[in-house]
Amino acid sequence: MSGAPETEFMKKELGIFILLIVLCIIVSAINPNFLLAINLQNLARQIGAFGIFSIGLGLVIITGGIELSVGSMMALLGVLLSMMLTEQKFGVVIALLACVGVAMFLSLIHGLLITRVNMQPFIVTLCGLLFYRGLARFITKDETKGFGTVGGLDFLRFLANGNLFGIPMPFVLLILISIVTWIVLHRSVYGRYLFATGRNPEAARYAGINTRWMITIAYVISGALTAVSGIIFAFYTNSVSPANHGNAYELYGIAAAVLGGCSLRGGEGSVVGIIIGAALLQVLRNLVNLLGIPSSLDFAVMGAVILIGVMADQLFTERRNRRQVVLMRESARADMRTPNPLASDHSGGTGEGN
Amino acid sequence: MPEPILQLSGISKRFPGVVALEKVSLEIYQSEVVALIGENGAGKSTLMKILGGVIQRDAGAMRLDGTEIEIHSPREASSRRIEFIHQELSVLDNLDVAANIFLRREPTRAGWLKLIDHRRLYREADALLEKLGLDISSRTPLARLSLAQQQLVEIARAISAGARILIMDEPTSSLTLTETRRLLETVKDLKAHDVSIIYISHRLHEVEEIADRAVVLRDGRNAGSLARSEITRDRMVRMMVGRDLQEFFKSGSGNGSKKNGHDWFAVRNLRTLRYPNTPVSFNVSRGEVLGLAGLVGAGRTEVARAIFGVDAPTEVEIALAGKTLRVASPQDAISQGIYLVPEDRRLSGLIVDFNVRENISLPGLDRYSTAGLINSAKETSAAKEACRSINIKPPSPEMKAANLSGGNQQKVVLAKWLALSPKVLIFDEPTRGIDVGAKSEIYTLIRKLAGEGVSVIAISSEMEEVLGISDRIAVMHEGKITGVLERPQFSEEAVMRLATGGER
Repeated sequence: MSGAPETEFMKKELGIFILLIVLCIIVSAINPNFLLAINLQNLARQIGAFGIFSIGLGLVIITGGIELSVGSMMALLGVLLSMMLTEQKFGVVIALLACVGVAMFLSLIHGLLITRVNMQPFIVTLCGLLFYRGLARFITKDETKGFGTVGGLDFLRFLANGNLFGIPMPFVLLILISIVTWIVLHRSVYGRYLFATGRNPEAARYAGINTRWMITIAYVISGALTAVSGIIFAFYTNSVSPANHGNAYELYGIAAAVLGGCSLRGGEGSVVGIIIGAALLQVLRNLVNLLGIPSSLDFAVMGAVILIGVMADQLFTERRNRRQVVLMRESARADMRTPNPLASDHSGGTGEGN
Repeated sequence: MPEPILQLSGISKRFPGVVALEKVSLEIYQSEVVALIGENGAGKSTLMKILGGVIQRDAGAMRLDGTEIEIHSPREASSRRIEFIHQELSVLDNLDVAANIFLRREPTRAGWLKLIDHRRLYREADALLEKLGLDISSRTPLARLSLAQQQLVEIARAISAGARILIMDEPTSSLTLTETRRLLETVKDLKAHDVSIIYISHRLHEVEEIADRAVVLRDGRNAGSLARSEITRDRMVRMMVGRDLQEFFKSGSGNGSKKNGHDWFAVRNLRTLRYPNTPVSFNVSRGEVLGLAGLVGAGRTEVARAIFGVDAPTEVEIALAGKTLRVASPQDAISQGIYLVPEDRRLSGLIVDFNVRENISLPGLDRYSTAGLINSAKETSAAKEACRSINIKPPSPEMKAANLSGGNQQKVVLAKWLALSPKVLIFDEPTRGIDVGAKSEIYTLIRKLAGEGVSVIAISSEMEEVLGISDRIAVMHEGKITGVLERPQFSEEAVMRLATGGER
């Protein structure tokens, strides 16, 4: 792993993992329906769909950036997909490629605006959020687009609603995608460069890293993963209302990433953490349902849990920083205790006797 | 002599696993400048933090005017008229001078409304600035002042708070020579105004000049103290490190300049954005150390950054071994074997949250990877090797760079480039903020690299350093090279004359 000794990351992920497990135990104790196969399957489907784009958002957050346009982009992609398949009669493969292509292209523009024009990621993607939503509503004349019962889309429906050996397809996809991104982020040169860029872009540049490209690529990957999630959501709901589809989904992704140990300052985070974070959020939504908490409190519960999780992490970080000061002092002292190689007459009298 | 106004006795402080201070004593008399010196990690800062109320001592006593006192917070120190000027300035550059001087002590009017009385604020601030000989209006936004002026503003703040003991931690570390002179004058002036000063500095000639007494710490203990007449550079160094000064540059001098291929590395007509009207040209031969001297702000760092491709120069021609190069980015420079050890380690040289291994491998990661995936065994063994060969302490590649001392961090920065067989290595202030022991190791390394045929460009503001390590010295003044000195012509005066724009 990169960015910090492995054990630290493990600790971070362990903390939120324990929180997840504890929540699951509590919910199932109060309402055993939680453990019903149908509920678990549904939960896994949600985790899959939300987890995939959360990973992309996590990458962007690791660069020190943010991506707010995810939800709007999904609405735009959803209506485009519907129009391509039902109105323009595009082939499935072409439509899918076009969908992913559009997302990657728009994200590329985000990346270029951020790295070449030096605009702030928050602003660029906020404009994206507004623009894509408006565009989606305009091209559909604000009408809900669906896939109805159009034939030849079985594969896409299977991706969103099917199961593989009882495991929902979105979850299977999440696992596959997370394995690939895990390798990219934690084992590849690109991943290391990404962490370096997010942590200290200046030093990364001095080390010869093309930080602009690293950041841009992160946005493009995020766009591609958003498209995958977007396709799943479109077929999961089977109809796309341009004004509401995907509303606030970017916030789920950001919350998942932050819960999973990504720092908005950049340079910190892990794929495993993001997935656990995404899972935790869906369990919380499920919990609100199953425990009979008024669904209007849905967001309040999530807000509270995220707040507590991040606060606990902050306290942990501060403890670690105090330890760091001590280590630094030790290194300085080790320096002094070692005789200077140039001064043979240096007596060992400055040791730690006494 | 009268009673000391401040008396610290038997101060001890332990951090988990480390004894930072062991029975340290320090006395300050009225209107006295006491230099507190010692290597990095000797305990100077810890002692001053205790006096300033930032941390608490474990044992020992503090007496102010003969009465025992406790200082629990910086605020309490301030109320006892002890003020701290930190190494990093703590002024707010979004406010103006007066606002900074009177921060938290603003004169107010309109009773409980506590509106700021601006007229009084500026009047009093202007009076204070005049007293300190600072020729600026108190309405000037701080951001428009030079570093040195900002520092004087900070001193003005301390004085206006009624300081009678002023702690100055490395006040000249980022000042130019003229600014330093000005500051030293101010210190003398303060003394005349009944302020006692504790002056922490690595620059021993400053200590020689202004200190009435020098107190030396070593390894968290009192190593001795020198009275005014005893303060000489040699004695101070001996007391600080327990060895002699001559040893210091033994490896650095007398190498003679290498004559083979004087234009092995050539920079022609370099125009930087900061000084677009003064083209800079110079050569470095193989195995030569070219010192780049000058005052802070002379444009040396800009030259280094331009050669390394960090800032695109407006015009330049760079040739290495007779081949003209195009350097538009650090990647370009690195691919040609031209590397930079930057001025600001923690900001540009390292990723302090990365561990030693990740830092060392970063620019050459391709060497330790296949098909884009990092081979961690290869990477680790390379990092271990680097740790051993340049003596990084502790030699553990998994240690976070942030946890290393300045000297060891600098070695990590160096290790990064050494692994990539440098052809040209540019050092920008190679030993800034590094203690004496690590300093001489860096000098040895620089010489060794030159011995292996690397062309070294060493930017340094420390006179002793640039005279000690260079084979030739190019001196810059306001963006242009005012002269190049060969070894027989080396002297502080010669460098200084050129650095201030004078003739050779």
